[in-house]
Amino acid sequence: MNGSKDLMRVSGLQKRFDNKTVVNDVSFTLAPGEIKGIIGPSGAGKSTLIRCLNGLEPVDGGQVWLDDIELTARRADLDALRARIGFVFQDFNLFTHLTVRRNVTLGLIRVKKMSRRDAETVAERELARVGLANKLDAYPAELSGGQQQRVSIARALAMEPELMLFDEPTSALDPQSVGSVLRVMRQLVAEGMTMIIVSHEMAFIEAVADDVLFMVDGAIVEEGSAKQIFHHPEQQATRAFIDGIAAAMVGDIENQATSA
Amino acid sequence: MIYHAIWNNLPYLAEGTAITIALTVVLLTTGVVVGTTLGLAQSYGAWPLRWGATLIERLFRAIPAVVLLFLFYYGISGFYDISSFSAAALALGLRSAAYQSQIFRGAIASVPSGQMAAARAIGLSRPRAIVDIVLPQALRQAIGPWTNEALSELKDTSLAYTIGVVELMRQADYIVSANYGHTLAVYSAAAAVYLLLSLAATWLLGRADARLRVPGFAHS
Repeated sequence: MNGSKDLMRVSGLQKRFDNKTVVNDVSFTLAPGEIKGIIGPSGAGKSTLIRCLNGLEPVDGGQVWLDDIELTARRADLDALRARIGFVFQDFNLFTHLTVRRNVTLGLIRVKKMSRRDAETVAERELARVGLANKLDAYPAELSGGQQQRVSIARALAMEPELMLFDEPTSALDPQSVGSVLRVMRQLVAEGMTMIIVSHEMAFIEAVADDVLFMVDGAIVEEGSAKQIFHHPEQQATRAFIDGIAAAMVGDIENQATSA
Repeated sequence: MIYHAIWNNLPYLAEGTAITIALTVVLLTTGVVVGTTLGLAQSYGAWPLRWGATLIERLFRAIPAVVLLFLFYYGISGFYDISSFSAAALALGLRSAAYQSQIFRGAIASVPSGQMAAARAIGLSRPRAIVDIVLPQALRQAIGPWTNEALSELKDTSLAYTIGVVELMRQADYIVSANYGHTLAVYSAAAAVYLLLSLAATWLLGRADARLRVPGFAHS
């Protein structure tokens, strides 16, 4: 139908672990430049879903298309497709034995067949973009969580992806570091990057997402604009989730007030 | 007298020491090559490879070293003219490979799965990710246990004495026979050489470990 315009199409996606269905008949489309937020309670299958989108998890049913190429096809060239899709992990997964610089240049040299010198130029540029130009020679263990996550974003961006996938990018961070990572992500939003973001940072999702998926038990319960999902949800489950978060946040503020 | 027994025979002890070192190096090299192959097959191979590698590993760990030495020397000499040195290098090398495969397999398993996922996510193929990401981390983890294995093999070369390899232990034995005594002194000299070799090997591998050290990498 409008398939040729979409950057990614997901249709009837199924994923099971043993006999438990973790992703159940998920379908959506993603237009170029679109920012899609995926929210939902823990265990809803959000992370599994996003890992299916670049083939890190093999699927049990349904299809994922990037442009006109089916990523879930048996003979898909997954390595080539993954090079077009940036992925940011919850726990960063920087290569621990390599410096920040080599973390970023590795994919450029091995996958994009760039010369070392060109790759280093790109690495320096991308690391400057995330505010870490002074950490080129550091090892991951010498960086804070927020810095590591920004390096991992730079590592993904260096490949010049058409699409960035974020799997709870701030969940493993201390509150001070969350802001620095979200700032980098906002910058990407401003640059028009296409993104799918799984996150518990509701205020951030509400602020940047064009479209929000609310998932429970592996299935999409409601899809709509950020305004709809956060302010006028149509489904009872969505409303309960959003209200629950609002209540928890108020609770936090009250706790802070009483402990202060 | 005692000093003469040692001093006059130093060249023989040195010759034996050279053979001991050569045998250790050859058997450890065999062990590394075959051991990493077995470890990789066990970690990443399809099931027939995995089973095959595990079978070889169990076999060589179950059979006593002296039995392996006799099998590879007397067994093979029946149809092929194998030197006692080659037989010893092969028998002890393959046995060491079996032990080393478990060191490598454990080290590979200790690399968090997120490292492989991150490598695949930027488009590296699985073999490329193993070579560039998993192995460099695994081999660093393996240096500690590998040092223990190397020292234990250095000492086990003395077993090659049983099939006639003229290494340090057999030279010491010749000296004792030729000198009608000084048994304690001569064997003590041999023991001292093993001690020195062990200390040297520990120092050398410790330097390699320090050189490869990366911040944040926990070593045993």
